This record gives sequence, structure tokens and C-alpha cells, in this order.
Amino acid sequence: MLSFNQLIRNLKRDCTGFHTLRVALIGDSATQLLAKALRGMSIERSFQMHLFEAAYNQVERQFMDPSSELYEFDADIIVVFQSTHKLGEYHSGLPIEGQASLADERLSFVASICENPSLANKKIIYFNYSEIEDTVFGSYANKVTSSLSYQVRKLNFELMNLSQQYPNLFICDIAGLQNKFGRDFMFAPNVYVSTEMILSVDALPYVASRVMDIICAIKGQFKKCLILDLDNTVWGGVIGDDGLEGIQLGHGLGIGKAFTEFQMWVKKLKQRGIIICVVSKNDEETAKEPFEHHPDMVLKLDDIAVFQANWETKVDNIRTIQRILNIGFDSMVFLDDNPFERNIVRENIPGITVPELPEDPGEYLEYLYSLNLFETASYSQADKDRTKQYQVEAQRVSLQKTFENEADFLKSLDMVSTVSGFTKFNTPRIAQLSQRSNQFNLRTVRYTEADITALAEDPNVIDLSFTLEDKFGDNGLIAVIIMKRQDAETLFVDTWLMSCRVLKRGMENFTLNTMVERARKAGYQRIIGEYLPTTKNKMVEQHYTDLGFQPLAHTSTAQYVLNISQYKMLECFITTKEV
Amino acid sequence: MERKEIFSKLNEIFIDVLDLDECNLTDETNANDIEEWDSLSHIQLIVAIEKRFGIKFTSLEIMKWRNVGELVDSILSKK
Repeated sequence: MLSFNQLIRNLKRDCTGFHTLRVALIGDSATQLLAKALRGMSIERSFQMHLFEAAYNQVERQFMDPSSELYEFDADIIVVFQSTHKLGEYHSGLPIEGQASLADERLSFVASICENPSLANKKIIYFNYSEIEDTVFGSYANKVTSSLSYQVRKLNFELMNLSQQYPNLFICDIAGLQNKFGRDFMFAPNVYVSTEMILSVDALPYVASRVMDIICAIKGQFKKCLILDLDNTVWGGVIGDDGLEGIQLGHGLGIGKAFTEFQMWVKKLKQRGIIICVVSKNDEETAKEPFEHHPDMVLKLDDIAVFQANWETKVDNIRTIQRILNIGFDSMVFLDDNPFERNIVRENIPGITVPELPEDPGEYLEYLYSLNLFETASYSQADKDRTKQYQVEAQRVSLQKTFENEADFLKSLDMVSTVSGFTKFNTPRIAQLSQRSNQFNLRTVRYTEADITALAEDPNVIDLSFTLEDKFGDNGLIAVIIMKRQDAETLFVDTWLMSCRVLKRGMENFTLNTMVERARKAGYQRIIGEYLPTTKNKMVEQHYTDLGFQPLAHTSTAQYVLNISQYKMLECFITTKEV
Repeated sequence: MERKEIFSKLNEIFIDVLDLDECNLTDETNANDIEEWDSLSHIQLIVAIEKRFGIKFTSLEIMKWRNVGELVDSILSKK
């Protein structure tokens, strides 16, 4: 982790070209150093943060007063840090009945922020409460509802429930951070007494990093794929030398337990939707043997989306994986016990995250926990099927090779698509796609679930979502269209995004046919599309011209128009599935 | 440890933390003399000094120093 001094130095770096963030920081303790750490960490992640820092201890006023600086500043993201110290102070001033309802009181305040209509499109990042064991009751505090320990733990538990109720509420788990590093690391009493700062200088980079993890995830930057070396990373020993019986794995004596628990962690990531791949310098057959035959392997071949075991370099193999998965290197994590391999990968693949695994495999997990690599801003049930989809993609690629031309291949896939508006069932997935899609995304507008729900209810919006199923399997919901009324005759394409899993299937044609049909029915004459370039969406630079749109002159951005009356339905081999 | 040695270590710490080109602390130097030395960087200085000398200041010490000389007295009293 960078030191606080290094974060301060970042503030002098040139941020040209960085995306900007508007963030408000509101706390009930002195937050000046946290503010600096946040700005320094945002630059580390290539964001330039415009930060509004509320004056000391103004949480309630800033939220309750509609003319406050908070509302005037109009941040995208509001970070609220209410400390356990101040909670404890308040707790001591209350009668017993008041103490017993302290958590409820604070929760209703947080709920009131989330329900505040003027903050409807803001993301709230609320710190949960690091525990202070005041030992007024000792362990008996667990039996006493009015105790500080009871109220703090209740508060943290109920905050989790609240964040499920309000999609715009994100919890920054500072309590988890304190569990990891300890209260004596997080809190310096002498600094607190002399300055009112709750966080120690050493804790600031970690806290800032956790906040930025959430912000990056909201903005669509997060890890999607974990690439694993095998020997001494997934199991102990070298399969080629030690053989199936010789590698260390399982809960017997020895180091095997460390690898088993590591694999359990990887399996949970896979179940959560992280794509797991293997890169190993081995014969393929040898490398696969433990997956197929070792009784203590937690990971099975089914869990691995792409398995690259050969004698090519790891750099080449990772590039191959990138081509198959079609995701950015910056969304990949590579784990290898060998420092030499790590350095080669780091030097040759810009953007990839390569953690400096400790020498002792017994420390792998605790070290990886400290990095919080897999923060996310959404989670849906569809996530767990992702591995299957990539494996199926590999099958499709091999079928394609047997057809003479593309049309025959596409016809043979028997593709059907379900077209639907935004509903409460597909909202989580739509929000997630809006946050994840970088390459096939014309304007890269990020929406949360709350935003999607609001769009679905807006009469001036035509909202469309598309699934794609073929004879090999169901890709699930893979494309999203949001068109907004510009005037009585014109629709503006606010969002056109598609999962890169379904490139080259004619899905673009099918989507446009559907868009035109819907626009025509609603009485519109033309559709205007816009391309806003990012570092990742060059793929769709020619998207609108390829589909027959005409470039508009005299616009400050790349805009294109399609006249509905002259539109001829584009050829495609996808049929609409009625619901 | 002698005062001279402490001053030379403090100069290094001030240069590092406050990002200065050079620093020549004396007993009389105080926050008014160094532009970068404000209430925020003061905290960074304290933490850096604590780490460098392997000591802990009390809350009272942090609040009462009027100049570098008194800070050095505090450090000496703990070695």
C-alpha cells in the first residue's frame, strides 16, 4: 500500500485526460487528511476528484438544510463518515431507553438520506462502524441491548439490510478493515486528542483505497477475471515432477491445507461471477490430471473458463485468454508464486494486476484479503453462469470453422432473442451491464439499479433489453438500449451497449430493426446516435455509419442521424421470442 | 543521542514530509517560519518522528510545543 506521503505527492501529478469525479465528503470528525488521501488515491486510479469537504461535524445540517453547500455542490457521490467515537459520546449522554434505540435512530437517519428526493440520482457511500469494546459490561455486553457493543453491531448488521433496500446506498466496510489491521493500527489516541482525527495516518491510505474501490466499481472499473498459475500456486509441489500422489493438497498433515483453502476462495469467486483461467508451463494432460483425479482438488475443470497449459510464454497465453474473453487487461488479476514470471507479465502486459504473493503459501489468503481486489457495485444471479458461457463460446468458435460463409454459420445457430422493457426482474442485470460494458458501449453512461428503475417509468424514454439464446445455450441479457425523446420527431440514443460475448452474430442489426420498429410505432421520424470516445470503445467508432446512419454536420461530438421513413430492415438471423 | 544528531534527523524528516528543498532547523524554528508546516502537516511530522525515533508522544506534548527546541527536548526525554 502507498504511504500517506506518497498520496500527498500524487496531488502534484498532471491529471490531464483523467475522468473527473464530483465527490462530497461529510464527517462528524476532522476529515481534512482523509480528504487529501482520497484525492491522492483517486489520482492513483486515474481519476481527478473534485472534492467538496463539509465543515467539521455538519452531517445533519448538510443533509437537512436544502440550501446547504452539499446540495449546491451537486456531487455524484457522497461519502459519509460518522465515527464510532462520536456515536459513543452521544450514547453516554442518553438515558438507558435512548441507548437501547440508538442504532434504530441512526438507521432512520441513513434511510432518510437514501429516500431524500433531491439525492435520488446520487450514490451514497456510508462508512459502517468500527467496533470499540468499551468493556463497561465486559463480554456480558452481548446480553445487554443498551450497551455500545450491542448497538454498534446491530447498526452494522442493519446497515447491510438497508443497503439492500436502497440500491443507491453503498457501505464502506471500515469495520472489516479494522478486523484485518486491528484497532491500534487504525486509531492513534494522541493524534485524535490533539486534532479530532479518528483515523491514524497509517490507516488513511487503506481507508481511501476502500472508498476508491467502491467508486471505481460504480464507474465500471473492476476485476472480472482471475488467471492462475498451477504448481505451487494452486497446489504444493510440481505436478510434472512430483506426480499426482506427490503434490500437496488437502486437510491432512503439511502445507496442503493452505492450498485447499486458497482453492475454496477461488471457487467462491467463480461462483460470484469472476472468470477463472489457468496458465501453466506444463503438458496439458499433466496439468489437467489433478483437476480430474485428485480427490482433494476443490477446483474442477468445469470451474475453469480457459485452460492454457503448454510451453509458450505466460505473456502469450494471457494474451490468448484476453482474445477469447474479450475483456481489458486492466480487469485481469494474475497469481503466480514465481517472482520472475510475475515480473515478466507485469512488464509486458500493461494494466494487468499482479499481486506480490508472499513466499509462504500459508500467507496467500490473508495477503489477498488485504488487497480487496474484487470490489463490485452489483451482483446478480446470472453472474454464476458466466464460466459456462465462455466455455460455450469456445465451442461456437470451433463450429464456425466448419462453415463456408458467415450467413450459413449464423443460420445454423438457431438464434432467438427476447425483447423486453426494463422490469424489476431484469433491472439488476441491466444496471450491471451498464457498469461493466466498456468496449461495445457508445456513450459509456453508467446507471445504477435506482437509475434504471427511474428510466423504466419515464414516459419520454424507450427502454429495451435483449437476450440471446442459441442451440448451444443461453447468453442471458446481453444488450441494452435507452432512447430519449429529444423533440416530437426525434429520439436520441442515450445508451447502446452490448456484451462482447455476442459480437459478430448480427445482434446489432436485430437491435436496430427493433429500435426503428418501436420508434415508428411511437410516431418518431428520426433517431440520433452519438459516439463518445473512451480509451476502450474504439471498436464502435464506426458503429452508426456501418448501420447506415448519416453523420451530422456542425456538432461538437460525433453524432449521426437515421431517417425512419427511409429505413430498410437489416438482414439478420435472429428471431424474436414472444413473452 | 545528542541534540545535533536529532536536528539532522529532523531536517531529513521535514524535507521528506513537507517536500522541501532544504531545511535548517534551530531551537527557535516554529511553524511560522516554514510555509508548508501547517496543522495538517504537523500530524504527518509527528507520526514520521515517532516512527523514526521509535517513540510515542503524549497528546499533551503534541499540543504544547512552541518551537523545535521543545520538540527536541521531548525526544531527548524519551531516549
